[in-house]
Amino acid sequence: MATIQGTLRPDAPPAPRRGIRRQSARGHGHEIGDTLLGRWMRLYLPVLFFLFVTLFPFYWMFITSFKSPSELLDFKQSPLFVIHPTLEHYRHLFTQTNFARWSLNTTVVAVVSTMLSLVCSVLAGYSLARLRYPGASTIGWGIFVTYLVPPTLLFLPLAFLIRQLHLFNNLWSLILTYPTFLIPFSTWLLIGYFKSIPRELEESALVDGATRVQAMVRIVVPLALPGILSAAIFAFTLSWNEFLYSLIFMNDTIAKTISVGVTSELIRGDDFFWGELMAASLLGSLPVALLYSFFVDRFVAGMTAGAVKG
Amino acid sequence: MSAAGRPAQAADAAFRQPRIRVFEGEVLLGYLLLAPTLAVLLAFLAYPFVIGLWLSVTDSEVGAIGRFVGLGNYRFEFLHDHVFLQSFSNTFVYTAWTTVFKLVLGLVMALLLNQAFPLQRFVRAALLLPFIIPTVLSTLAWRWMFDPTFSVINWVLTRTGLAAHGMNWFGTPRAAMASMIIVNVWRGAPFYGISFLAGLQVIPVELYESARVDGATRWQQFLRITLPMLRPVLLVVLLLSTILTFADFQLPFVLTNGAPYSSSHLLATWAYAQAIQGGAVGVGAAISLVLFPVLSVVTAGVLIALQRRD
Repeated sequence: MATIQGTLRPDAPPAPRRGIRRQSARGHGHEIGDTLLGRWMRLYLPVLFFLFVTLFPFYWMFITSFKSPSELLDFKQSPLFVIHPTLEHYRHLFTQTNFARWSLNTTVVAVVSTMLSLVCSVLAGYSLARLRYPGASTIGWGIFVTYLVPPTLLFLPLAFLIRQLHLFNNLWSLILTYPTFLIPFSTWLLIGYFKSIPRELEESALVDGATRVQAMVRIVVPLALPGILSAAIFAFTLSWNEFLYSLIFMNDTIAKTISVGVTSELIRGDDFFWGELMAASLLGSLPVALLYSFFVDRFVAGMTAGAVKG
Repeated sequence: MSAAGRPAQAADAAFRQPRIRVFEGEVLLGYLLLAPTLAVLLAFLAYPFVIGLWLSVTDSEVGAIGRFVGLGNYRFEFLHDHVFLQSFSNTFVYTAWTTVFKLVLGLVMALLLNQAFPLQRFVRAALLLPFIIPTVLSTLAWRWMFDPTFSVINWVLTRTGLAAHGMNWFGTPRAAMASMIIVNVWRGAPFYGISFLAGLQVIPVELYESARVDGATRWQQFLRITLPMLRPVLLVVLLLSTILTFADFQLPFVLTNGAPYSSSHLLATWAYAQAIQGGAVGVGAAISLVLFPVLSVVTAGVLIALQRRD
């Protein structure tokens, strides 16, 4: 999947949102009927309901991964709990499948494609936000439009191109193609950040004899670090979660990423190895979940920067 | 102009000189900084798009580019391929239903999260989780929850007496579509919710205060203040999400992959089935290009919405 964000305009960017401002109870202040019971009915119960529906699949993933094969298919006792937890599926994953290798592949691709995309986006974002030249605004919009092109539209011709380049089963096929959706989004996010940095800071450096490039590297980029971090976290998540290109380009078991390895090798025809599948899903979700838990605010800021004019 | 304007003008002239010099250098530097981004996008996005157009009018198979067949692939799809016609309508049904549910649930989620309650930050982070986790992996968990024999959902439904017997989730076309819609809503609603929340938080409190002074009810405040103020965010989120849902591949591929009897394919999964599993690359390219007109219209909508906002 791709995600949605970075829809800033080149000429009128929203100010960067450094985390969601906490302004609570807005418009829903204490009114008549705001009793404890009222709050339960109107707030706590619905919130608990949302939490339950949201988190139950993860609980089910978790509980399944520790069930022994016999317990997995035994519905006489409650399936909601595990009686005799076992690490069998996890051991299986690392000894009988190439899960470790798939994880390594996924990590390498996500890290390298994120870094490549960030370098391109910082340069392009600075260029589009700060420099004046003919065609800048058109190119800016052009890059935004490419963000809206889903992989579904391009996977067949891309497979054709990758075959011509002899990059099948090569991590470079993913490292080179993921930036097509990482760069447009990061660039748009960064344009907003660059524009929010006062021009005067840069101009005084220019007057003091710094070159444009020096001003960019020493002044603008450091000030835009929060934005760059947001873009990095988002780009990493997007490439970690990518599936279609990887499914098409990677057929060797050694070359696969987690999502592709799991769906193609832990499902054999009608046989689903549920214990291993859920263990792999849990482990494969962990890195992005951890990253997310450390940077929730940066993540939300990146995600909503586009949709909300700050 | 009074005399007071003079020193200012002199100062301005002093500043103007370096600025003009800088501007001259900006054209070259501007394009230079854009070069890496444009190179990636041209090579792996624009060029494949052109190849895709060409593939769709040939009888290409895997590994070999075929002969020119004009609009033959498109004619075949629309006149003779029943699965295509089914997946064509499925794609619209899927997009429409998921969008309605995500919109309503996202709005409810945002209104809940906009209030102060204990652990509010934790709840917000938890509710966004489905959007962060790799779609393929979370969809696998759902597939296990919908399992024909060992569905935990059915177990709960029958145990609590909500249903006399379990539902065969992938047994009928209707149930299969319903399961896809449920998982998509589960995954996508948090994005709506968090974006709307960011939108709610920039609505000035004064509006609600003066409405309360005038005796407006909560419902009136919601209709007259919240919804209109949220409109720009609503529109952008809606359009971006429509694009992604319309071109969705991962979720339908992992959850049903057309089951039962190729009845629940979406355009993306059917293009994959025809081209990769069936070997008809030309036909597959034509199917994925059928997405293009709709995506273009929605993309134009996004651009107009963003431009009108300022």
